[in-house]
Amino acid sequence: MMPDQFLFAVEVMINGLMAGVLYALVALGFVLIFKASGIFNYAQGVLALFAALTLVGLQEGQIPFAHLINATLGTDVHHFGWQMPAILAILLTVGVMILLAIAIERFILKHLVNQEPIILFMATIGLAYFLEGFGDVMWGADVKTLDVGLPQGASLWVEEKSAVLGGEGFYGFFVDKLDIVAALVAAVLVISLTLFSQYSKQGRALRAVADDHQAALSVGISLRFIWVLVWSIAGFVALVAGIMWGAKSGVQFSLSLIALKALPVLMLGGFTSIPGAIVGGLIIGVGEKLFEFTIGPMIGGATENWFAYVLALIFLVFRPQGLFGEKIIERV
Amino acid sequence: MFYREAGDFKTSYVDDSQTFPIRFDRYRYYAVLMVAFAVIPFFVDSYWANAILVPFLIYAIAAIGLNILTGYCGQVSLGTGGFMAVGAYSCYKLMTAFPDVSIILHVIAAGFITAAVGVLFGLPSLRIKGFYLAVATLAAQFFLVWLFNKVPWFYNYSASGQISAPERTVFGIAVTGPNTEAWAKYLVCLLFVMVLAWVARNLTRGTIGRSWMAIRDMDIAAEIIGVNPLKAKLTAFAVSSFYIGIAGALFFAVYLGAVEVGEAFGIQKSFLILFMVIIGGLGSIFGSFAGAAFLVLLPVLLKNVLVGTLGWPTDLAAHIELMIVGALIIVFLIAEPHGLAQLWRIGKEKLRLWPFPH
Repeated sequence: MMPDQFLFAVEVMINGLMAGVLYALVALGFVLIFKASGIFNYAQGVLALFAALTLVGLQEGQIPFAHLINATLGTDVHHFGWQMPAILAILLTVGVMILLAIAIERFILKHLVNQEPIILFMATIGLAYFLEGFGDVMWGADVKTLDVGLPQGASLWVEEKSAVLGGEGFYGFFVDKLDIVAALVAAVLVISLTLFSQYSKQGRALRAVADDHQAALSVGISLRFIWVLVWSIAGFVALVAGIMWGAKSGVQFSLSLIALKALPVLMLGGFTSIPGAIVGGLIIGVGEKLFEFTIGPMIGGATENWFAYVLALIFLVFRPQGLFGEKIIERV
Repeated sequence: MFYREAGDFKTSYVDDSQTFPIRFDRYRYYAVLMVAFAVIPFFVDSYWANAILVPFLIYAIAAIGLNILTGYCGQVSLGTGGFMAVGAYSCYKLMTAFPDVSIILHVIAAGFITAAVGVLFGLPSLRIKGFYLAVATLAAQFFLVWLFNKVPWFYNYSASGQISAPERTVFGIAVTGPNTEAWAKYLVCLLFVMVLAWVARNLTRGTIGRSWMAIRDMDIAAEIIGVNPLKAKLTAFAVSSFYIGIAGALFFAVYLGAVEVGEAFGIQKSFLILFMVIIGGLGSIFGSFAGAAFLVLLPVLLKNVLVGTLGWPTDLAAHIELMIVGALIIVFLIAEPHGLAQLWRIGKEKLRLWPFPH
């Protein structure tokens, strides 16, 4: 038997781990793009929002741009009147994300080759603004519920099994089933991405590009194809993150702000490391939940807004490249 | 023909080192000042002042501040909103604590307080570079906004959590509070803009500005030729935050009158000002003005066209506006990565020969 206070802390920690998994999912998309093209992609969060909006829209049979059509033509249309099966909608959304990746390469990246990193970064902020407006115009800005058949609610199994740890009046840990699914999905995603980049031909090409653009070009790897590929994968990861967050808290604008939460995760784990994104996500998730639990009540609460950044900042002062980042070598 | 650097002979060192050494630039500068000080105040009405001119002037100050840090010293910062909040809240605390002291002094003092905070958050820049630093400055943004939300002392324990500016006068004319005339607001901001822009231009031409630019271009090489990175980076943070703090103080006291910190100084503000700097042109004082003007005018214009002329619902117009702003930023970056300032430079090249071909 353990004291209640300790058990609460453990429960907070477990929930922090689960939240960390979700941060890591977003951070993963950042890392992929940063590794392959050196672009710090601020639009990753908005990509997740856009993917989730598209998924819900397709599933519910919403007519795209209904609001705009109604405003310009004076009609009153909203729905096609069908209900699409979740799996088909997901596949179609993946298709949309691939089209989006092609469009991004075609209209933005192609024209910005060899620009300074800050210019590319600004371009992704512009992209984020554009996509945010585009998603809203296409599917409407109201809060939507996303339901693709993922299990919801507290996991009774975990509750029952853990109830024996505590004494009288302790009912076990409260863990959302959705979080467990998210953790499993993240694990599968990371393993398959690692396998993909280690063993497939495209994966090797991707790593070659990440290593050295010029050398990759000279051995005949198409940079443009690799960029489309990377942005498609990032779009897919964004879709997964969008599904998880959307199922948890509804599809709405605030979804795009999780990108900001993913940034300290990246700093902690290093911009270039996939395991770093996962470990960083977990540290941030647990850290901020525990901090809010222990110190939060003393200083007014809502510390989750900034704790992650300050943690990452302090950490970076001691290790500027993050936990797993490549050592920064500077040449003059 | 019209823009000539040649034939403009200087006979003294004072002439040679004046702020605008080229005659055409100087006359243009005087003409702009004439119009700004002697013409506009007589015609400005409340709509023009509140929707366009005052926000333009205040954002111009903030953009110059960020340009000093990002454009001249190469340190990307996403904490501008947070530093503006420091300026606003320190101005508010000073205004309420010392009601008899002039508001002008309060605003300047708010600038110095922000400079101190800026140096504090600039310390990590000595270890962290590039995007890591950009993300690190987000810590300042979120922490400061949280602080002003959670600690009631900063907003004098007011029930709403807002701060609102009491009425203060300069030479007997109200410049803050609800009874302020449009032209008074405009003139106060204009005065600050003129002095600060002049100081910024001369700072960036001098030793300190050159050391910033050396750090920006290559910090290790700069260190080897004897630029002290600690001094250069921290002075850039200090000067930049001073400007941003003054912009924040004016934004609160003169422009809005009452603010809620998360709404007025959130992360969106940081991005907005960074956009102004990038679209205007990194490392250019003129660019800061051009970028501020562009991003203040664009939403007003779009709103007038979409809602006023086409009659679309406001929420749809707001989304379309987001799309257009986003697309314009991308188009701008592709067409002219060096911003509006570069267009101006090209324009001057053209004016040199025009209307002759060679």
